[in-house]
Amino acid sequence: MNAGFLRRFSALLRKEVRQMLRDRSTMTVGLLLPAALILLFGYGLSFDVKNAPVAVVMEDSSPMAREIVDGLQGSSYLSPVWSTNMVDAEARIRAGAVDGIVRIPPDFSRRLAAGDAHVQLLLNGANTTLAQAVEAYVGGALASSMLKQADRSGSDREGMQPGTSSIEVVQRIWFNEAGNSTWYLVPGLLVLVLTLIGAFLTSLLIAREWERGTLESLFVTPAHPTELVLAKLVPYLAIGAIDLLLCLLAARFLFDVPMRGSLWVIVCISMLYLSVSLLLGLLISGLTRNQFLASQVALVTSFMPAMMLSGFVFDLRNVPLAVQAVSHVLPATHFMGLIKTLFLAGNDWPGIARSSIILSGYALLLTLAARRTLRKTLD
Amino acid sequence: MATLAQLGALILKELLALIKEPSSRIILFAPALMQALLFGYGATYDLKHVPYAVLDQSRSAASVELLARLDGSGVFEREATLTSSRQIAAQIDGGKVLMAISIPADFQDRLAAGQTAPLQLILDGRNSSTATAASGYVATIVADYNASLAGGGQSVAIERRAWYNPNLESRWLLMPGLIAALSMVQTLLISALSVAREREQGTFDQLLVTPLTPMLILIGKALPAILVGLLQSSIIFLIIRFWFQIPMNGSVALLYLGLLSFNIAVVGVGLSISALSTSMQQAMLYTFLLIMPLMLLSGLLTPVRNMPEPLQIATYANPLRFGMSIVRSVYLEGAGLAEIGLEFIPLLALAMVTLPLAAWLFRNRMY
Repeated sequence: MNAGFLRRFSALLRKEVRQMLRDRSTMTVGLLLPAALILLFGYGLSFDVKNAPVAVVMEDSSPMAREIVDGLQGSSYLSPVWSTNMVDAEARIRAGAVDGIVRIPPDFSRRLAAGDAHVQLLLNGANTTLAQAVEAYVGGALASSMLKQADRSGSDREGMQPGTSSIEVVQRIWFNEAGNSTWYLVPGLLVLVLTLIGAFLTSLLIAREWERGTLESLFVTPAHPTELVLAKLVPYLAIGAIDLLLCLLAARFLFDVPMRGSLWVIVCISMLYLSVSLLLGLLISGLTRNQFLASQVALVTSFMPAMMLSGFVFDLRNVPLAVQAVSHVLPATHFMGLIKTLFLAGNDWPGIARSSIILSGYALLLTLAARRTLRKTLD
Repeated sequence: MATLAQLGALILKELLALIKEPSSRIILFAPALMQALLFGYGATYDLKHVPYAVLDQSRSAASVELLARLDGSGVFEREATLTSSRQIAAQIDGGKVLMAISIPADFQDRLAAGQTAPLQLILDGRNSSTATAASGYVATIVADYNASLAGGGQSVAIERRAWYNPNLESRWLLMPGLIAALSMVQTLLISALSVAREREQGTFDQLLVTPLTPMLILIGKALPAILVGLLQSSIIFLIIRFWFQIPMNGSVALLYLGLLSFNIAVVGVGLSISALSTSMQQAMLYTFLLIMPLMLLSGLLTPVRNMPEPLQIATYANPLRFGMSIVRSVYLEGAGLAEIGLEFIPLLALAMVTLPLAAWLFRNRMY
C-alpha cells in the first residue's frame, strides 16, 4: 500500500514538475513577478510626502507677515511658490501645479496685534492624503514661526510676560521608530506575493486538465485523489519557498526592515499560509473546471481582497463591522496581522498560536474540499 | 457593406462566447458590484476610532481636563486605565490599543510653575500611517489645550477650506479611482484571453482563413471587451454616485470619453498579450505579471509624485495612471477638456502602438 503510494506519487510529481518547467510563463511569473514586486514596493510606494508645492499669496506685506511666512520655507516638506494674487494661485491649484494656497489677508498684522489674526489655507481636497499632510505641515510651520515671534516679543517686554506654561508631546513610535512606511509595506508584500503565487498559479492547474480532458484519463489510473492533490501542490510549494526566500532577503538586506521575531516562526507560518493559498487555488480550479472562470474567481476572491481588505494599507480599525467580518473570513487577514507583528514587534506567542490554528483549520478544510472536487466521477 | 455584416457577425460571436454560460455572465458583473461595495467601506485612511490606554500618574485637575478633551473628541476611546508603566507593553503588543498616554506625576506642578510639562505618547507603529494620523490628532488637541492655557495673547487661527472634498474624506479620493482600476482587471483578462483561447482550441486558424482582415478581427475582438469594461465602470460609477453619494462635479460625457479612451488602451495591451501567447495559461500569467505593477504605479494607493524619478517616467506607459487621473479630475474637480486634454495623449499613443501590433501579431506569430 505504502510502496504503491510512493510509486504513484513520484510518477505524478514527475509529470507535474515537467509540465511546470516546460511552460516558461509559469516560471517567469513564479520567480520574476515577486522580484519585480519587491523592487516596486520598496522603491515605488511611499506615503511620505516631501516638497509639496504650496502657493503663497501675501496680501499684507508687513514685516510681521513676512516673518510668519518665512517659516514655510524652512520646512523640508513644503516648497512655497510665491503668487501675486488669488486669481493666479487658484489657477495653479486647478492646474494641479500646487497642492494648496496659503493666503495672508490684508488685515493680518492689524488683527495680529488685536490677537485674532487669520491665515487662510485652501487645499485641493481631491487628494485627501496629500491635503491632510499639507495641512499638518503648514500648521506646524506657522505655529513654530509664531512661537519664535512670541519669544522675541516676550524679551522685548521683559517682566510683562510670565513664563509660558505649555504641554509638550514627547512621542515615541514603537516598532517603527521613524514612522517609515516601507517598514509596514514590505512585510505586507510577503502576504501579497504568497497569495498571488498560491491562488493564481494553481487555480489553473486542475481546470486545465478538465478542459483538455486529461483528468478523465487520470481517473482510469490507480492514483488516489489525495495523491493527485499532493503531486500538484508540491512543485508550487517549491516555487513559493523560493519567493519567500527572495522576499525575506530583500526585506532584510535591501530595505533594512528589522526582523524582531524569530526567523523560524516567520518561515513556518509563511509556508503554512502558502499551503492555504495553494489549496484555495486548487479548490477554485476544481470547482470551476474552466481556466477562464478559474482565473477570474482566483483574482476576485484571493488577490484583490488580500490587497484591499487584509489590513495591508488600510487599517482594519477604521472599517465598519460588516466589512471587518468579511475581512476576518480571509486567511490573508490573519497572516497579515501576524507577519507584521513578527517582523516589527517580535514573537507574540498567543498571536502566533491563534493564527496558526486558524490557518491550519483553513488548510484542513480546503484539503477536504479540494479532494471532493477531484472525486473520480464524470458528469 | 458585406464587411460590416461580417464584422457584426464576429462581434456577436465574441459577445456570445462571453455571456453564453450563466457562470461567466455572473463573473462579469457580480465581482464589480461586490468589490465596489466592499472596498467603498473598507478602503479608508480616515481614522475614526483610536483605542488608547492611559497611565495618569499625576491625577490632577490639569490631567483630567486634558483627558476629557481627548475623550470628547469622538475619536479617542479609552480602553484601559493603567497603574504602572510595565502594563503598557502588554496593551500595545497585543494590538488592544493603538497608543498609550503617560502623564508624569509632576504634570500639574510644572504647568502651574509656568514650565513645559512633558506628555509621553507611545504609538503602535506597525501601521505607520495610522500611528502618524493618531499622533497628529493628539497634537491638535494638545495645541488647543496649550492655547487655552496661554489665555488668548497672540495667536493665529488657520482657516481651512478644502476644495472638491470639504471634509477631506479619503473615500472620495479612492472610490473614483476604482471606476477605472476595478474594471481594468477584468477588461485586461478578457481581451488577453480572447485570442489565446482560440489559439488553444485551434479555432483561430479558421478565423484567419475567413475573408476578415486582421484589422476587422481586431475590431471584433476589441469591441466586446471595451463594452464589458464600460459596463463595469458604469456599475461602479452608479454605486459611488448613488450609494455612497459622492457628488459628481464634472460632465458625464467627458467622464465616458475618458473611460472609452482608457478602455481602448487597456484592450490594446490585452490583445497584444493575447497575440503573443500560445496558450490561455500563458496569456493569463502574463496579464497577471502586468496587473500588479499597473495597479501599484497608478497612483491608486500612493501619489505618483512620491515615486522616484525613473518610476515616474515608467508610469507614462501605464494606462491606469492616466485613466484614473482623468476620472478623478472629472469626477471630483469638475475638470473640463481644456484642463485634462493632455492626459488623453498617452492613452491614445498607447492604443495606437498596441492595437496595430496586435493585428500584426495575429498573422505573423503562427504556431
